[in-house]
Amino acid sequence: MITAERKPLDEILALVGDNKKVLVAGCDTCVAICLTGGEKEAEILASELRIKAEQDGRDASVEHTAAIRQCEWEYLDMIAEKVADADIVVSMACGIGIQSMAEKFEPKLVVPGVNTNMLGMPQEHAVWLERCGACGDCVIGETAGICPVVRCSKSLMNGPCGGSHDGLCEVTGPEKEEIDCAWHLIWERLKTQGREDLMYVNRPPKNWSRSSSGGPRKMVREEAKPV
Amino acid sequence: MADADVKTAAAEGDAPDAVDEAPKKPVDPDFEPEIIVFACHYCAYAAADLAGSMRLQYPSNIRMIKLPCTGKLEVIHLLKAIEAGADGVYAAGCMEGECHYLKGNLWARKRVDHVKSLLAEVGIEPERIEMYNMSSAMGARFAEVATEFTERIKALGPSPVRREGVDVHAAARDAAAGVAMPDDPAPSAVTSEEGPAE
Repeated sequence: MITAERKPLDEILALVGDNKKVLVAGCDTCVAICLTGGEKEAEILASELRIKAEQDGRDASVEHTAAIRQCEWEYLDMIAEKVADADIVVSMACGIGIQSMAEKFEPKLVVPGVNTNMLGMPQEHAVWLERCGACGDCVIGETAGICPVVRCSKSLMNGPCGGSHDGLCEVTGPEKEEIDCAWHLIWERLKTQGREDLMYVNRPPKNWSRSSSGGPRKMVREEAKPV
Repeated sequence: MADADVKTAAAEGDAPDAVDEAPKKPVDPDFEPEIIVFACHYCAYAAADLAGSMRLQYPSNIRMIKLPCTGKLEVIHLLKAIEAGADGVYAAGCMEGECHYLKGNLWARKRVDHVKSLLAEVGIEPERIEMYNMSSAMGARFAEVATEFTERIKALGPSPVRREGVDVHAAARDAAAGVAMPDDPAPSAVTSEEGPAE
């Protein structure tokens, strides 16, 4: 799913500025499941903004709402009235939802309340791990179902590199946490599958034009378009 | 001459010193804080009953909201109590390891800790919110916690978002209406059912 983290309050306050009628809009799909931007979290942020405004002696009215999905036009109709009534909308959806809102309700001011960070898998309750880079050219059929694009720190197509040690990567995470070497994991799983030979395949440079490096992507399914 | 006066005043410690630490808020002896307690039905609420039966004295500043378990308490319930103008809020659940629903009190502690960080973010003292644990047999501890927390809030002074004329207990109760249990009827309100009237 798409995961996101809430922005620091100071950043949100700076974006809101002096606008008086604020609507905090949650999205009840991906960001609700990752406990960041659903209706519950929108209500919490709205409460925080009201407390802050009261404390600063500012005259502000802050309401909250949530769309089932902010990334689809139909669901935005359901919150249109509340949006119309606000001076500014703080969207807690992923980057897609925020942009849908800004486009649908132009010229309404729509600002992000979250930072969208990855396509992640819930490893356990309240822990998400990046699993897909949406590169547009999936290779995991040859890499034992483990994505080297996002799980190898260097996105190597022909790993492992010399920095793999005891199954760990030489790179550590932002909190200095250890990162598994993706190519070590690939090798171990290929062995269980009896497909070790795939490790010796020389993969040519990847075609990154199918990823975001090739400009904004567009997908059209002609057979599914309305007649 | 005026300069000399200022120097004398400064030397005697009367002049305000704007550079050093912010002046501490004087404790208002007349300040009576409004404190909301989210109490678990199985422990703290029963402990409050016991404190009453034992004729123990504790401050009348606390107002209770009964929950089936503190695990039902959500972040927004705590925030809304503060937003309504409560000077302090605490949750009182079972002893750790003794929760009737196994881990409800441990969840509550995590949520209280999270709300502390949210309060710090909006510039309100995190000490205005707390989590306590007690059993139903701890009537004395209930009174002690109520006294200790009330003293803490009196020292902090009124909440920066305190509002006059707001029924804080009613507002906090409304916000938690989805999880709160009805209060036990006061003894005088208990009606005796002596069978159908003829």
